[in-house]
Amino acid sequence: MITKRLFEFTGLPGLLMLLALLVLAVYVPYANLVLEKGSAFHLDTSAVVLLGKYLCFAILALSIDLVWGYCGILSLGHGAFFALGGYAMGMHLMREIGTRGVYGDPILPDFMVFLNWEELPWFWYGFDQFWFAMVMVVLAPGSLAFVFGALAFRSRVTGVYLSIITQALTFALMLAFFRNEMGFGGNNGLTDFKDVLGFDLQAQSTRIGLYLLSILALIAAYVVCRLIVLSRLGKVLIAVRDAESRTRFIGYRVEHYKLFVWTVSAMMAGVAGALYVPQVGIINPGEFAPANSIEAVIWVAVGGRGTLVGAVIGGIGVNMGKSYFTGAIPELWLFALGGLFVFVTLFLPKGILGLLSNLKRKRAASEPDGPGTEPVKERA
Amino acid sequence: MAFGIGDLPRMISGPVGLASRLRSVTLALTFTVLLVMQAGSVQAQSNSIQELAAGLAGADFNETSRIVDQIAATGDSGAVPLLEALVAGDLYYRKSDNAIFIAERGGAGYLLTDPFSGAAAGEAGRRDVTKVRVNNSLRRDIRSALGGLTLMSTDADVRLDAASAILKSRDPEAIEALDQAIAAESDDGVKLVMERARAAAILNSDSDESTKIVAVETIAQKADQEARSILLAVAEEADGALRAAIDKAVASVEASLALWSTAQNIWYGLSLGSVLLLAAIGLAITFGVMGVINMAHGEMVMIGAYVTFLVQEVIRTQAPYLFDASLLIALPLAFVTAGLVGIAIEQGVIRFLYGRPLETLLATWGLSLILQQTVRTIFGPTNQEVGAPSWMSGAFELGGLTLTYGRVWIIVFALVTFACLVVVLRRTSLGLQMRAVTQNRRMAGSMGIRTTWTDALTFGLGSGIAGIAGVALSQIDNVSPNLGQSYIIDSFMVVVFGGVGNLWGTLVGALSLGVLNKFLEPYAGAVLGKILVLVFIILFIQKRPRGLFALKGRAVDQ
Repeated sequence: MITKRLFEFTGLPGLLMLLALLVLAVYVPYANLVLEKGSAFHLDTSAVVLLGKYLCFAILALSIDLVWGYCGILSLGHGAFFALGGYAMGMHLMREIGTRGVYGDPILPDFMVFLNWEELPWFWYGFDQFWFAMVMVVLAPGSLAFVFGALAFRSRVTGVYLSIITQALTFALMLAFFRNEMGFGGNNGLTDFKDVLGFDLQAQSTRIGLYLLSILALIAAYVVCRLIVLSRLGKVLIAVRDAESRTRFIGYRVEHYKLFVWTVSAMMAGVAGALYVPQVGIINPGEFAPANSIEAVIWVAVGGRGTLVGAVIGGIGVNMGKSYFTGAIPELWLFALGGLFVFVTLFLPKGILGLLSNLKRKRAASEPDGPGTEPVKERA
Repeated sequence: MAFGIGDLPRMISGPVGLASRLRSVTLALTFTVLLVMQAGSVQAQSNSIQELAAGLAGADFNETSRIVDQIAATGDSGAVPLLEALVAGDLYYRKSDNAIFIAERGGAGYLLTDPFSGAAAGEAGRRDVTKVRVNNSLRRDIRSALGGLTLMSTDADVRLDAASAILKSRDPEAIEALDQAIAAESDDGVKLVMERARAAAILNSDSDESTKIVAVETIAQKADQEARSILLAVAEEADGALRAAIDKAVASVEASLALWSTAQNIWYGLSLGSVLLLAAIGLAITFGVMGVINMAHGEMVMIGAYVTFLVQEVIRTQAPYLFDASLLIALPLAFVTAGLVGIAIEQGVIRFLYGRPLETLLATWGLSLILQQTVRTIFGPTNQEVGAPSWMSGAFELGGLTLTYGRVWIIVFALVTFACLVVVLRRTSLGLQMRAVTQNRRMAGSMGIRTTWTDALTFGLGSGIAGIAGVALSQIDNVSPNLGQSYIIDSFMVVVFGGVGNLWGTLVGALSLGVLNKFLEPYAGAVLGKILVLVFIILFIQKRPRGLFALKGRAVDQ
């Protein structure tokens, strides 16, 4: 009974993905901690960190898919929410360094001492408390998205216009965070973290812990997305995506639905950023670069927009490809990435998952007694 | 020793300072004695500078000083090289015949030049020539003599330089020379500077108050930083009516300086605006008219810049004399190259994505990455050097503004490009077809317009214009594979701000954003200014989602 309900909730791809994530959650720590170094199945700690990074990107991809795939809002600025969450986390980690910094100031982070600042700026207050930082991880991107979305959706800025101003938003934030006067470490960003909640960030166990936390967060994000998508609200979102004016004429307050999903999505991206920062050990304004946000969109497109599992596959898959290419043949990576953009939009409008389900349908249609469903024609 | 009593009156009334005049009188008296002693050698009285200069051979300081004064008295600017060499210590005389030469080290000992004709006069051994020695007080004399001579030069530029030099030194001894020069001056521009220099010198002298007040007014007539500093320098010591006059003059100069600085800001703003316009103008076609979100637009600009680089490379190695024309040659080539790349992109990718703007955005972003990496692979990731032709370097003054030719040309170029585009769209059959296709594709097709072909040409036109923008931007930006990236967001902002589908909106949008940016900069700094402009646009779009000049009529929405 429960398994049937679960299956209804996740669908086959979702169930397979959850199973895969569970396998990863068990296997990776085992391969890293228990297996001998010489073993073929042994995983280096660096590989664990890399996997953790991919998982964070997968969460970001999920958040983009939620707004783009299900509500038709193409955000070219989700990297901004990701980075804001990362900065909130980074600020806590900076405060936790305490007297172990280069200048040994108990309150001021190193870069502030370096800039001859006398006291902590007001917006750094409270970040020494872990719970406060965690609240800010979702609240900072959430409130920015809420204000931005409320303005944009109310005045019915849609389609490419919205995409362009989200890009302008992240670009403006990038310029702002590059300034030393902003009080976020300027060019260098926040780095040199020591530990989180007392656990040494360099320790193997902490890294495994963060990795497991990332898997948990990804599963939670998936469940949240799935809950939204399957609910009645999700149906309205799809209606907005496919025919916004029509939905409005029927009587739905379109902007409220959009605003809700937009804000949730931004918070999710913030969580992804917060998990990302302790694993890579740095956050700098480069994360706000518009190119990063667009790259994140292509993860979703590759996996298949409008399919949550596709976003996760895209987020992890494209980044694995990136790691491989930039290591092996760096000059080819931009060709590959650019080619991917063009190829996917031209030939795989529904991504990898869309391709798979098309194949399945064709096979079903070619069998004489198969249930052969007609492909649903959807408006882009 | 060619020197006669007949020169004395000239010497006394000559255009030299009071002090040197007094000295001349006493020197002349002693010289009379000398003359008597050398009675046998006295020649016909002559005041030609050649003969005066001959006396420099073996002269002591006093004698040299006297001769310099006399040369100054002749007012003959032919003596300028001689005096300049003298003050620099390059003037020598040959021991064998006491002839005077400008000498510089070279050959066996010295290379000799005739100080009057400038012609080479052979070489001399190190021991064959002796330097005409000068000391510091003599150098001062020579300089003021030089000032007097150059003020009377036949070359207006030399006179202007001399007057400007006095304006800087504010030497009271130059007043009389200036008086003479002003009386003789025919060029209004030079005369103005001379009068200013005279006024500055008067303020520095011990003239009476009323003269000085007149001088203050003269100086305040042209309100620039120099006038302000001259006035502030004398304000310290002045009192009474003079002080009041100076304070008033300083206030008026400062007010007018503030006005000019506003004008300068507007100029910088227009200059930035024209750059934005250039970058956005092609996008106004592809995005504004066709509705294609071309994220590879910046790369078209980059291609144009690289075409300029290639043209200059070829010219450098093959035909250096064509360098000044390099940009003109690059323009059509950049247009064609970028246009062809644009048509290829349209035919290869974009035409399959019409009606799916978000996918177009992603695909063209991918193309931009590919184009960047291609250029990086071919030319390397570093900045390429693109030179400026001579007609684009330098600057000129307009009132209190300093305008560089490069910026002026870019503004002119942006406006001309814009005008051409408007003409193409409004007055040619291609433009007519373009507008027809974008307004109603099926109807246009029914009328016999080959819509797919028109799409390709329109996109090619937009890309080509981005290419020629690249030629202009190569002059002010680093030509690197990332060139386009820095313009893409700005370009979209301009087009969206101005109103999509409206060329005039793009023009107004670009120029007003440029000016806004430059006016924010002094208060907020360059980066914060840019951030504020971005925030302003984001908010503006909330208020007017269709831009500044939205197309009227029913919006085609779903």
